[in-house]
Amino acid sequence: MESDERSNLSEREGVERSGTTGAATRKRKEWDRVAQTPAFKDLMQRKKAFLVPAVIFFLVFYMSLPVLAGFTTVLDGPAIGEMTWAYVFAFAQFPMTWILCHLYRNRANKWDRLIDKARQEASKERTTS
Amino acid sequence: MTADATTIAIFVGIVAITLGITAWAARSNKSTSDHYVAGGGIKGWQNGLAIAGDYMSASTFLGVAGAISLTGFAGAGVYTAVGGLVTYLLVLLLVAEPLRNLGKYTMADVLASRFSTKGVRSVAALSTVIVSIMYMIGQLVGAGSIIQLLIGINYTVAVISIGFLMAIYIALGGMLATTWIQIVKAILLISAILVMVVLVLARFDFNPIVLFGEVANQIGRDALRPAHGITESLNWVSFNLALVLGTAGLPHILIRFFTVPDAKTARSSATWAIWIIGLVLLTLPIIGYGAALLVGQEGIANASEGGNLAAPQLAEVLGGSVFLAFVSAVAFATILAVVSGLVIAASGAFAHDFYNNVIRNGEASDREQHNAARLTAVLVAVLSIVLALGAQNANITVLVVLAFAVAASANVPVILLTLFWKRFTTAGAITGMVTGIVSSVGLVLIGTNVMGENALFPLGNPALVSVPLGFLGCYLGTVLSGSRAREESERGEQVTYEEIYVRSNTGISDIEEEIDTETAQRSRV
Repeated sequence: MESDERSNLSEREGVERSGTTGAATRKRKEWDRVAQTPAFKDLMQRKKAFLVPAVIFFLVFYMSLPVLAGFTTVLDGPAIGEMTWAYVFAFAQFPMTWILCHLYRNRANKWDRLIDKARQEASKERTTS
Repeated sequence: MTADATTIAIFVGIVAITLGITAWAARSNKSTSDHYVAGGGIKGWQNGLAIAGDYMSASTFLGVAGAISLTGFAGAGVYTAVGGLVTYLLVLLLVAEPLRNLGKYTMADVLASRFSTKGVRSVAALSTVIVSIMYMIGQLVGAGSIIQLLIGINYTVAVISIGFLMAIYIALGGMLATTWIQIVKAILLISAILVMVVLVLARFDFNPIVLFGEVANQIGRDALRPAHGITESLNWVSFNLALVLGTAGLPHILIRFFTVPDAKTARSSATWAIWIIGLVLLTLPIIGYGAALLVGQEGIANASEGGNLAAPQLAEVLGGSVFLAFVSAVAFATILAVVSGLVIAASGAFAHDFYNNVIRNGEASDREQHNAARLTAVLVAVLSIVLALGAQNANITVLVVLAFAVAASANVPVILLTLFWKRFTTAGAITGMVTGIVSSVGLVLIGTNVMGENALFPLGNPALVSVPLGFLGCYLGTVLSGSRAREESERGEQVTYEEIYVRSNTGISDIEEEIDTETAQRSRV
């Protein structure tokens, strides 16, 4: 049951190998129709606006740790008791990850509604066209 | 440390639990989908625990604690603990949900959802096998040595019994058994670690700052400072790059996202994994330094070269032989569970990708596929046992570093570009994966981990060079092949990017059926 709902790869590969262009073109139109719905465009814009800065931020924040720790001595000194700044920066990665994780999760759970909306818009579009 | 009745009883108890789970799972392991992805019916928190279990291998629990106890911030320990968590942000933000929406059983399925030629699937399967087997040999070699030390049985017997047990789990219980063994083991491991942390902190006023102060007093401030020096620092940057990117290309982690029903559950399982893994990794400095202070660095270094027995030794100091036996048995269960997940990933690449889709053109019946999957699981288990027996003296770090570096260099660029680059072509995908595999394996072979002081490449970890080469291979393969993505899709060699774009972001897999159902629902209303 579950596997039927999943993408049936071998089936589609078979169709495309035999070159039934009619079905392929029809499918392409349907994918385009979803891609062109206002809800899908809105979804992708929101995703991009969050994901691009978020990924750049966490990669830079994380890679700064080995770069600053190795090439400079700014993290060598004690910060809290004997705990060095290197440890403070290393431990700071944990709340950073948890916060970013939840910022994403909260947004993404809301974005799920846009996916349903895109489906409805695409089918409405098809019945009117 | 030698075997006594308690140790053996606890070991036998844990093995009996895992066999019980397998017997239970074997009754519902009936189809190919059950075997590879537990029928896709695993819940978010369950999968989160299983991912955490898969990730917290022997090298995390034993290796990180040991490295921190001996080398403090200057070794691999702290970076592995921190990077091991941060890497899941890449998995959560960019990879988990699109993969769930596109894939079925294996990593190659994801690439094949865009590129239909057999070449892409074959190279992706090859890369899966290389990464999984490297990772597995590392685990088995480590396991064999640890069990030899802990309960005194011979290395060969230890490796063969682990291999035998994992073949039973997988051939009979499939992914369902592997997932539940992973969940039980994760809970045991977390409990063992938490008890240890409380017992360590109890001796330092329940204040980590006091513990750090004692480290500075008794061992010296250098134990809390990072290493410096140009080459060494470059090597750590490279190491961290492999770590932070690599997880998104580890096949045995990626297939976990196929065991859940939809993208939303994939998202929640990644969140669970991030919390569990984070809380465990956060405590490892306490265990590592606790071992350094309470066991003593000399005692740790004498027991095993890399400090791999620091955590079990600490357990003995804290809770006597019963706690030692419990921690050792949990370490054993950890290794068993992790290698089982690796065998599923590697055997899926053989049976599903090579046998069914390349040799049989995707036409093997469900029964044939299921049998092929179980047979190859046994073959992969036997193969890795043989390799692990031959590699007894190999450096475990080299193997695990190689696995992460190949994953980061060969798999991550091609997965990301398949999802996000419109112009990506078949030639680009194949060139990128081949470049990633060759450069990462090649640079490790001529690097300091293998050649020592005479190394031609000055770093032990190749990622700093091989990851950019992997991306470059994808790019050059695409622009130089002379075939455009649009032309390929007209010839039926890849689907249109719009399809991948919509599918990976929405989870719609059959567009016509989807639209028809939606339209039918609307007309009913």
